[in-house]
Amino acid sequence: MASMTMIQALNSALDVMMERDPNVLTFGEDVGYFGGVFKVTEHLQKKYGAKRCFDAPINECGIAGAAIGMAVYGLRPVIEIQFADYMYPAYDQLVSEAARIRYRSANDYTVPLTVRMPYGGGIYGGQTHSQSPEALFTHVAGLKTVIPATPYDAKGLLISAIEDDDPVVFLEPKRVYNGPFDGRRDRPVIPWSKHPASDVPEGYYKVPLGKANIVREGADLTILAYGTMVHVAVAAVEDSGIDAEVLDLRTLLPVDIDAIVASVCKTGRCVIVHEATRTSGYGAELSALVQEHCFYKLEAPIERVTGFDTPYPHALEWDYFPTPPRIIKAMRRAMEA
Amino acid sequence: MSRRSNALDLHIPAPRARPGDAPDFSGWSFPEPGETPRPEIDAPAVELREFAYGLIRVLDMDGAAIGPWAPRLAPEALRRGLKYMLLLRAFDERMHRAQRQGKTSFYMQSHGEEAISIAQTMALDPSDMCFPSYRQQGILIARDYPLVDMMNQIYSNKHDPMKGRQLPVMYSSKKDGFFSISGNLATQVPQAVGWAMASAYAGDVRIASTWLGEGSTAEGDFHAAMTFASVYRAPVIVNVVNNQWAISSFQGIAGGENTTFAARGVGYGVPPLRVDGNDFLAVYAVTQWAAERARANLGPTLIEHFTYRAGPHSTSDDPARYRPTDEARAWPLGDPIERLKQHLMVLGEWREDQHRAAQEEALETVRATGREAEKVGVLGVEGAHEATSMFDDVYKDVPWHLRRQREDLGA
Ligand SMILES: Cc1ncc(C[n+]2csc(CCOP(=O)(O)OP(=O)(O)O)c2C)c(N)n1
Repeated sequence: MASMTMIQALNSALDVMMERDPNVLTFGEDVGYFGGVFKVTEHLQKKYGAKRCFDAPINECGIAGAAIGMAVYGLRPVIEIQFADYMYPAYDQLVSEAARIRYRSANDYTVPLTVRMPYGGGIYGGQTHSQSPEALFTHVAGLKTVIPATPYDAKGLLISAIEDDDPVVFLEPKRVYNGPFDGRRDRPVIPWSKHPASDVPEGYYKVPLGKANIVREGADLTILAYGTMVHVAVAAVEDSGIDAEVLDLRTLLPVDIDAIVASVCKTGRCVIVHEATRTSGYGAELSALVQEHCFYKLEAPIERVTGFDTPYPHALEWDYFPTPPRIIKAMRRAMEA
Repeated sequence: MSRRSNALDLHIPAPRARPGDAPDFSGWSFPEPGETPRPEIDAPAVELREFAYGLIRVLDMDGAAIGPWAPRLAPEALRRGLKYMLLLRAFDERMHRAQRQGKTSFYMQSHGEEAISIAQTMALDPSDMCFPSYRQQGILIARDYPLVDMMNQIYSNKHDPMKGRQLPVMYSSKKDGFFSISGNLATQVPQAVGWAMASAYAGDVRIASTWLGEGSTAEGDFHAAMTFASVYRAPVIVNVVNNQWAISSFQGIAGGENTTFAARGVGYGVPPLRVDGNDFLAVYAVTQWAAERARANLGPTLIEHFTYRAGPHSTSDDPARYRPTDEARAWPLGDPIERLKQHLMVLGEWREDQHRAAQEEALETVRATGREAEKVGVLGVEGAHEATSMFDDVYKDVPWHLRRQREDLGA
């Protein structure tokens, strides 16, 4: 075991998989010599050579398309899109191609591809370094979508994603790369080393796709969250005094419906939290699932706490970013209903 | 795995020098200043192919202007260009420092590339339309846009014309013919072509000019733009600023190992001019040529500006981690400000003391403007923008769901 940040854990996952499987390789903008702008691929070029960890031209369409071709050949490419905000040129390749090749070839060709991308706000990154586009992937038949919230899960989930035989979009909450930021900006920054989920095995292990994690047990209300918002939700529960259960979904597609149903049917109340814009966001899907499966157990309308339906505003970031007080308000509404 | 004798091999480009190595520009050869002929503006694109592989130079390294491309600018215009470049550099230095002091989140300098934005803006008509990348703040400076408003934008303060919505340096000014900067690379290039097509459609007289880095030429948007520019003979100048480095990746990762960036124009049938981007006069001259050609309904020109990014990519970057720190100093084509200064001195139109005074004036302007902007506020000052203002301008009219969200936020 070692104490790792999320960046170190992701780096370790890549290292473990490149060591085990010569078919695993990684590339993307600034990924090679430099080790990526967030350092997730640091040292890998030195260790495995430039053919297994290299810089790509600034062309996300090409990065995705070439990776699909490699996957079709039989490799297991892991590509980095420098920021999720820059994935749009790759979207056609991911949606029309990666997602459908198994289906359209009647299982003749497959695409065991992992697409890593840092996402989310809270870093004063403005409109083009802050977006949360997960719903654009969960809406696509044929893609899996994964979002870790801790170093331990990041490594185990990334290894599962790389070993998965279908294309996986792996969104990394960059605000918690270096520490479990919980939205309480008035408190000192907490490093990962103070958090139990930073204890990460150095070798191979997996966290299965499709399994949620109960981060905090509670009886009165269920909060469904993922990524950075898991930590913000836990902080909200602490500050609220409400005995809420916090579920870290970890995989958005296929989502762990059993865990969601068990929790919400137990508590009868549900608050959904995400950073992404609200309308047609992933919370809408969660809300529909809860309604379909737990309707007769619900004691209150389902609440959503989300980013607003605007582009990400630079200077007004802290009015936009869902913080504990906003979550607590929604929790109280759910409790009082 | 044993390798077969006829095994294929994957090529991964690598730069010649990394940290710890000496800068290595050996084996590079450039045409002499004055050596490249200046074609007529109506020369057919097929006859211009060779320009893609040369380098148009006017200034020699001693400051003399030589050959057919020398633009014969009046000394007054040269001094103006020099002063703009000095102001731009002083501005960049101050704003870079302001970010380090925590006054803003981000900054990007154009250090070493000043001649491109300044000379080109001076060669264009003030009403021509610019679609820049994030590194052509010199356009605003050379169009005499208020420096204080640039700072207000960088500080996201109360007077920020972008109302705090945009990352620093993502300016916009319609009245100055300066399009809103996007953080998504190369998206502006096809838009510039479309603007130029509209100008031609409308029988206007204004042309468009757009800029992108050599790294960004890899994006599909650039190639889409070149196709449209060529097909519709759009009155547009497409400028590739080849400053050798994207972030940590050298120009070989964008395809520069095998050809030049100007040569991208050859495949599209667009005249490809390649110019010393640190030579103010040469940059001015090729821009003038391309602008005249566009104005005469002869279509687009692709210009590769061969230069060097002397500063970090942005305030988030540390170039010492991927390239020799003294590479900028070793750049064989010098510094654009020093070279224009030298030229003016050779002409007898500038003296060392005048230069020092101009430098001091630029610094003082920036200092005074900085104080003014900081008095209005820096990033993070509470109350600079009404929180509910984030819902303005998403649409022309605010739909019900945004009104509801605005009420929730206000409550
Ligand atoms: C679509 C897109 N992909 C990636 C990025 C991240 N990024 C920002 S600047 C940059 C390098 C650009 O290099 P270049 O085009 O050479 O311009 P320079 O910065 O050298 O002026 C990268 C990769 C981005 N902004 N947009």
